[in-house]
Amino acid sequence: MSVLTTNYLTPTGREEAWRFTPLNRLAGLHDGSVAIVDRKSLALKGATPAGVRFSRLSRELVSIESTSQDVVVQRVHAESTDVVLLEIAANTQVPEPIFLNRTSGGLIGAELSRVRIALGAHARATIIVENSGEAILGEDVEILLAPGSHLKFVTLQEWSAGSVHAARHHAIIDKDASFVSITVTVGGSLVRLLPTVEFSAPGASAELLGVYFATAGQHFEHRIDIEHGVPRARSRVNYKGALAGDQAHTVWIGDVFIRAAAEGTDTYELNRNLLLSDGARADSVPNLEIETGEIVGAGHASTTGRFDDEQLFYLMSRGIPLDEARRLVVRGFFAEIISQIQSEEIEERLMTRIDDELSKAGQ
Amino acid sequence: MSTLDIRGLEVSVITEKGPIEILRGVDLTIRSGQTHAVMGPNGSGKSTLAYSIAGHPKYRVTGGSITLDGANVLEMTVDQRAKAGLFLAMQYPVEVPGVSVSNFLRTAATALRGEAPKLRTWVGEVKAAMSALNMDPSFSERNVNEGFSGGEKKRHEIMQLELLKPKIAILDETDSGLDVDALRIVSEGVNRAKAANDLGILLITHYTRILRYIKPDFVHVFANGRVVEEGGPELADKLEAEGYAEYVGS
Repeated sequence: MSVLTTNYLTPTGREEAWRFTPLNRLAGLHDGSVAIVDRKSLALKGATPAGVRFSRLSRELVSIESTSQDVVVQRVHAESTDVVLLEIAANTQVPEPIFLNRTSGGLIGAELSRVRIALGAHARATIIVENSGEAILGEDVEILLAPGSHLKFVTLQEWSAGSVHAARHHAIIDKDASFVSITVTVGGSLVRLLPTVEFSAPGASAELLGVYFATAGQHFEHRIDIEHGVPRARSRVNYKGALAGDQAHTVWIGDVFIRAAAEGTDTYELNRNLLLSDGARADSVPNLEIETGEIVGAGHASTTGRFDDEQLFYLMSRGIPLDEARRLVVRGFFAEIISQIQSEEIEERLMTRIDDELSKAGQ
Repeated sequence: MSTLDIRGLEVSVITEKGPIEILRGVDLTIRSGQTHAVMGPNGSGKSTLAYSIAGHPKYRVTGGSITLDGANVLEMTVDQRAKAGLFLAMQYPVEVPGVSVSNFLRTAATALRGEAPKLRTWVGEVKAAMSALNMDPSFSERNVNEGFSGGEKKRHEIMQLELLKPKIAILDETDSGLDVDALRIVSEGVNRAKAANDLGILLITHYTRILRYIKPDFVHVFANGRVVEEGGPELADKLEAEGYAEYVGS
């Protein structure tokens, strides 16, 4: 296995892309100091549905369709030995969600994992990636959506306490294809995800949804980047986060670029954070750059607040005790997005975890 | 038989510029089965009275007492007041995004009754309460007060009144924003709750209109943070004819 540490620009923490990230907690994913272990943790759960192919190919056989400035993604591209491919044939409608899960890999040595998801023209599917247990993981998922296809892509970061996960989820969306991603981050020591999108033809759309709940000492970072480089594409972003406990830290960056060619763009992004205790910190940075005025709409909003006293008063005035009222409000806050996974089992599992985190935070 | 006793109540509202005195010594006694109308011009402190009884954190009681059957209400948390038997139907019910009406009602009933109501009988109870108020069954799947019309919010408040069965209810301008039909339906709900549970009612209103549907035993005129005149139902007729001019001004 090659180790090409000299070819990378190791971040110092002063770069815009790294200024919020505690580099010393990345387990060496960023500077190559971690030992790379040949681990293949991603597996397809259950039987392979008709029209779906799950395989593993040597990396030379799968071209990389995008570039990234991110050093962890660059390492994944250069050093992962093979690529996991999930392909859905054109015109295939997969009725049930396809589950991919990552089994626990342990905290000794890192896994670098390259994943390719490709939907043929007019294919429709839901893919749910379940990440749990202990792992140090550098990951790049490229998602290619052919014209008219539709993918709902759900990733659940339910990692154990010590886990470190740095990843890019990059979607390239063709004409009239639509992409919905739902990112849920509720566990791990440090999770840094880059949900990024580029549109390759008009009529493409992307909806990026996410929730995160950080408790004491956790660092959860989501850096969205949407490139509107073609006309008449649509994007929506809605991320909601809650924080409780000392040194809980979340970062949400929403970069949306509307290039000169992207006439008729329609974009809106929203980030809301609920600070549930002192000592927690939510950074929220929406950023919209517009190079053409010929657009349908472009906007962003970001709010960070505490519990709404009026909501708590209303619930308590009906006999509901304070801790129960807070639990209801937090569940309600996340329900808007979690309900869109459309799986009662996952919804209940996540809500139970959120309840646990809330009660652990001591209030 | 319950008694809500308010004696010499003085309340300030907490604002960014500091506390502002609103209630200046209010005396009121409400017993089970009685309906008391508190009427007064805007800004006289009627809603402050309602919120103070329920324990809203924005209001600070600076003097006097509130007791329910001798128990000190002012020492109770907001949820303890509800458990003791007090209910506030709010003028502006609060939206709680992501929390369904059915989940909210069941959580409240569980808290008040000390155990989760049996699912089968509970579903029937809620259905009956909703249909009595002409509410569509799909209502229970909506989020609490989110996107409700003014009339729907008030029906939802009175539905809770019927389901949660308090001893004493404070109705804060329940009539505001209701058309004639909705006013009748909501008033019938209040009257049902009173008949079923021997409910004591403190009915706060600006207009006499609702008193045609909910008959008061006592009328109290409120001005400048205190009760300035008291009487029977005939006092409402006088207010209807003459307005509040006599009680405001200098």
